[in-house]
Amino acid sequence: MIAQIRIIGLTLLLFGNCSLADEAPSLAKDPILEERVKSISLELRCLVCQNQTIADSNAGLAVDLKNQVRDMLREGMTEKQIKDFMVERYGDFVLYDPPIKGITMVLWAGPLLMLFVAFWFVVRVVRRRSGSFDTQQSSEDVDRARALLKD
Amino acid sequence: MVPEIGHFAVILALCVAMAQAFFSLVGATRGYVNWMAVSRPSAYILFFLTSFGFCCLVISFLTNDFSVLNVASNSNSQLPWPYRLAASWGSHEGSLLLWVLMLSGWMAAVARFSKGLPNDMLSLILGVMALVAIGFYSFLLLTSNPFDRLLPPAMDGRDLNPLLQDPGMVIHPPMLYMGYVGFSVVFAFAIAALISGRLDTTWARWSRPWTTIAWAFLTIGIALGSWWAYYELGWGGWWFWDPVENASFMPWLCGTALMHSLLVTEKRGSFKVWTVLLAIITFSLSLLGTFLVRSGVLTSVHAFATDPERGVFILGFLVFVVGASLILFAWRAPKVGLGGRFDLVSRESALLANNVLLVVAAASVLLGTLYPLFLDALGLGKISVGPPYFDAVFIPIMAPAMFLMGIGPISRWKKSSVPDLAAKLKWAFVISIISASILPFTMGGWSLFVSFGLLLALWITLAGLVNLWTRLEQMSKGDGRTLWTSLLSLPNSYYGMLCAHLGVAVFVVGVTLVGGYEVEKDVKMSLGNTVTIGDYTIRLDALEELEGPNYTGVEGTMTILVDGEEVDQMFPQKRLYTVQQMAMTEAAIDTGFTRDLYISLGEPLSDGSWVVRVYLKPFVDWIWGGAFLMALGGVLAVSDRRYRKASEVSSSPEEVTTST
Amino acid sequence: MAPTRFLIPLGIFIAVAAFLFKGLSLDPKEVPSPLIGKAAPEFSLPILNASDTRFANVDMADKIWLLNVFASWCGPCLDEHPIIVNFARSAAVPILGFNYKDRPQAASQWLDRHGDPYDQVVVDLDGRIGLDYGVYGVPETFLIDREGIIRYKKIGPLTQADVSKDILPLIKELSE
Repeated sequence: MIAQIRIIGLTLLLFGNCSLADEAPSLAKDPILEERVKSISLELRCLVCQNQTIADSNAGLAVDLKNQVRDMLREGMTEKQIKDFMVERYGDFVLYDPPIKGITMVLWAGPLLMLFVAFWFVVRVVRRRSGSFDTQQSSEDVDRARALLKD
Repeated sequence: MVPEIGHFAVILALCVAMAQAFFSLVGATRGYVNWMAVSRPSAYILFFLTSFGFCCLVISFLTNDFSVLNVASNSNSQLPWPYRLAASWGSHEGSLLLWVLMLSGWMAAVARFSKGLPNDMLSLILGVMALVAIGFYSFLLLTSNPFDRLLPPAMDGRDLNPLLQDPGMVIHPPMLYMGYVGFSVVFAFAIAALISGRLDTTWARWSRPWTTIAWAFLTIGIALGSWWAYYELGWGGWWFWDPVENASFMPWLCGTALMHSLLVTEKRGSFKVWTVLLAIITFSLSLLGTFLVRSGVLTSVHAFATDPERGVFILGFLVFVVGASLILFAWRAPKVGLGGRFDLVSRESALLANNVLLVVAAASVLLGTLYPLFLDALGLGKISVGPPYFDAVFIPIMAPAMFLMGIGPISRWKKSSVPDLAAKLKWAFVISIISASILPFTMGGWSLFVSFGLLLALWITLAGLVNLWTRLEQMSKGDGRTLWTSLLSLPNSYYGMLCAHLGVAVFVVGVTLVGGYEVEKDVKMSLGNTVTIGDYTIRLDALEELEGPNYTGVEGTMTILVDGEEVDQMFPQKRLYTVQQMAMTEAAIDTGFTRDLYISLGEPLSDGSWVVRVYLKPFVDWIWGGAFLMALGGVLAVSDRRYRKASEVSSSPEEVTTST
Repeated sequence: MAPTRFLIPLGIFIAVAAFLFKGLSLDPKEVPSPLIGKAAPEFSLPILNASDTRFANVDMADKIWLLNVFASWCGPCLDEHPIIVNFARSAAVPILGFNYKDRPQAASQWLDRHGDPYDQVVVDLDGRIGLDYGVYGVPETFLIDREGIIRYKKIGPLTQADVSKDILPLIKELSE
């Protein structure tokens, strides 16, 4: 790798200056397609990496899969078809956006359920407190705190 | 010799912690004054011994003692000295020593700054902290000794992971651990209050500054980690919802809730049960984070080299600490009184709702983080839970919380009236709505995401200004003070609140605009080529070889042009760290108030050109700026006069009466 | 107000801790293949050192066979290799070598040096077919039955224990 960098670096130093200032070609021949490749890649997990999307990884498999996504998009396949293709081969593990199905019900419904419970809890507490008579902090209690903090 | 001395110091520290826990706890519950007197000096001794041990490890690293396994595995003679220093906490073992150093430091701080506390309370607090310390010292000594020798010694070390060779990484772990461990103080306060049955105003008042300062450290720690990921990983992301990030974010969310709930408990005597539970949960989540990072149960980009044996130890410790606390909670909490009454529309309600939302957010993050583990444990298959899930769940929970941030501070305790609130806030609301709908057009395209983000940010900011204005107006009506004297007489804690809330708004602006308007270009560049992004034209002028202390590589010289004028030069690098044979992308970043220009060198291509990735990231630094403002708000709040006075005035007489 | 509600946090914690304990003995990186129980994806690939002749998996119809994905650049493949060689000696079932993203020349040399246990070696230069088989961690090994259904898959180097505990009994069961 480093030898390669070195050789290329030297080649560039020797011959590079000849070229005129011009706009560098985009890697993506088709920017709109590339945008779609990226948005799909961002939701696919690179299986050989620690915890990265294939968009963020340069591992061999990640590059292959990105190419695969690109080819399939070119063939006119939809995002869903591409994801199904991946799941067929690697399982749900490959999807960072877990599909809603039996085993992920708790995952997706959990936060909503917790919100309901939380809402119910707040309503209950507020009801109870607004109805109850005022059990103020005893002045003794506050005084003790004041004294300790020399407030 | 030095490592052995260090090792011995840590063993001594464990013994001291054991003695301290025994004498403090038994002394406090039985009322033996002499036994309680042990707790304060032993906290100082513990801190001294641990610092000493830590220094020994640092010396081993600085002097390249490769007969120490830890040094041989994580350092190298070519490594520049600041990174050798940082390498002392770069490994699992070293970071654990840093952890106990912080813990003993917090204990010493409690001993030093809590002179006004009743002696038995202080003993209980330090006793509980000593129990926690025993767990960590034993963990360190039994499973993860950083002073282990390597026989025969290595000729040279295997070098620090290149990802960690970075200034941000030097200070990120200490800040983060200060936060994690800092929550042990308020945890110990809560346990002490539960044991003694004194869940009173004093308890809340004492807990507040400790919580706030630990929270401020954690905020900075998380922000540094995110900033580091942004410039070091080479693709400019700042948050990945990785399990390790989540592990630090959950205690942050609960710690935020705790700060606000403590406010109510102190001022109004309400929510005591809730507050004490939050104190326990916050520290438990810190411990859980330690477990997740070090046990290998989850796959993460950042995890330490893991070991199931260590996992069993931490889990056992976690079960003991958290289980015992929650049993104590279940036993004692039912006897706690309710506190003052309040109406549906009141500051109490707003804070309660906010609290509950923060906890639900933390619980959702926990659910998402552990869900793959749950399924796997039940044999139901493997799934991944990533950013799409967390974004979808987290944003809708936090949005109402941010809306409440505008209302809470301006409403009154006990009872507020809706018409009064509406009268105060209507303009803030109208202006936010109108600006948020229009502003995105001026920035390059309207989208719901951007508009909504700006709405939240504007709302928080304007409601804060209205709040300040109302306070000033009241003061000038009250005794006719001028604007200036009124501004000066407002307490620091008030400014702290405003500052931290403003920080949230700034953060939201950053997240929104970088999410909405980031531009990215992947190009193939040869010398002399240019690439245009936004108003900037970037020209590759040179590619030169690079010779670092422990790496080689290539450095590009990029000239930045605006309207044909050369304005700047940037130098992205591609490095190869020679010892670990690891390639690293050192992005060149031109940081600006309204945008970052980010250039990273990709791979060399066969025809001599390079893949270059350039980004224009609008307002990205506001993300960390916002976090910094939040932490600054915390520091301002703690610097409030009433806390300072407390520690100054109370020093002498108290000591004479209690330490005999 | 029942005091049991104060036990809720403890209950949740115990449940989470139990899962965490179970999690310690699990490997989060081990992903079961969804291909088990499904038909082996079809392919027709050139044979190593005889690029004009192609080999298709239909040629293996009515046979139980092992598909072993390997490459000369892959270190763990070398660790695994003696096991495969041994297995070939027992001649329980034919083994198809699946040379994944490799230079054919390097693959031949590698086989010359370390022994060629394969009945046939096919070349998947660009890894397209490998992708169909969900290959991500070379070496990988598949056991395919008479109907062409994948019955077993191992990601990573095969061990003697895998052969004797999983593969051989399965072959016995399938051939009955």
